[in-house]
Amino acid sequence: MDPRLVLIDDRFRNIKHIVAVAGGKGGIGKSMVSSTLALTLAEMGYKVGLLDLDFCGPSAHAILGITGVYPTEKKGIIPPNIHGINFMSIVYYAGNNPSPLRGIDISNAMIELFAITRWSSLDFLIIDSPPGIGDTILDIIRLLKRVEFLIVTTPSRVALETVEKTLRMLKEMKAPIIGVIENMKIVKSSHVEEQMTAIGVPFLGEIDFDRNLEESVGDSDKLLNTDFAKKLKITIADIPIFKLQ
Amino acid sequence: MHEWALAEGVISTALSTAKERGMTEIIGITIKIGELQQIDMEIFEFALKEINQPQRPMIANAKIEIEEEKAILKCRICGEEWDFSNVLNKLDEDKRESIHFVPEVAHVYITCPACKSPDFEFVKGRGVWLDCIEGY
Repeated sequence: MDPRLVLIDDRFRNIKHIVAVAGGKGGIGKSMVSSTLALTLAEMGYKVGLLDLDFCGPSAHAILGITGVYPTEKKGIIPPNIHGINFMSIVYYAGNNPSPLRGIDISNAMIELFAITRWSSLDFLIIDSPPGIGDTILDIIRLLKRVEFLIVTTPSRVALETVEKTLRMLKEMKAPIIGVIENMKIVKSSHVEEQMTAIGVPFLGEIDFDRNLEESVGDSDKLLNTDFAKKLKITIADIPIFKLQ
Repeated sequence: MHEWALAEGVISTALSTAKERGMTEIIGITIKIGELQQIDMEIFEFALKEINQPQRPMIANAKIEIEEEKAILKCRICGEEWDFSNVLNKLDEDKRESIHFVPEVAHVYITCPACKSPDFEFVKGRGVWLDCIEGY
């Protein structure tokens, strides 16, 4: 009997919505969407947490410019609040070193973080996840019963092909899907929207490729003023889950 | 793992398991703790006593035994096996504390003493589990 598992439901009890940002491929903007979504929701006045579960390539801290802060210890671990976000990541423990973790290690590290982290009362917990449908996504579904998935893709047929597999698996596992955001749009096309309509998944909107986005990395104020962030805010405005009273 | 979180998990798991087994009182539990967890036994035992107050009569009088299992690591590349305790003392306080909170970050700070690979497995001594619950 693993005494960590019994703690997990209780640790997430005071969180109204758990949203995992996922997608089929790397480099499609999942971490940028997760981090900017957390910032945007915090700016809107919501209580927000951000959990970076991309253990082998954590990047939310770099996007948001989070350095020099650490969780505090109080009958567990309390994530620091920075830029209005309660932020948790393996970088507090691994630093800037590579984390060469295999599947079983990823599962154990996730369970450990879920069991020791004491989130305050939150409206939203945004989870940044690694690409694909591996251990992290399977354990998110297994351990976080109330999780809902926000899927990111690009117009690339390569990304689209893999994201369709992710969506199929989520549907088979009966995991709720909020919908799909088409990121890094360059050429006008309705191909992704048509594909999503065909497989019965809500198409939430498209975000143009923002050539200036890179300049805002590490600066949360600049990030909120990018075209990317403004379009993301418009995109989520119509999604019921993001309209809390 | 953090001692307080662990103590909370142990008591909750013992209670839910005892209820599943139709017990009305727990008289003893045995907890096994892997050395990799770097648990401070004094804090853990204090946390157990604090959490296990008389408001939980089902477990309040249980005798709690704690057994520690030595951690053995094995390289997946060259097959070398080594004791975790032999490398632990070479790590600074921050690294030891990081392993305490998330034991898997051992892969970040420890490498095989023979071939220097970080690709090793925990043969023994990782995790915490309730080994035995006695009651009626």
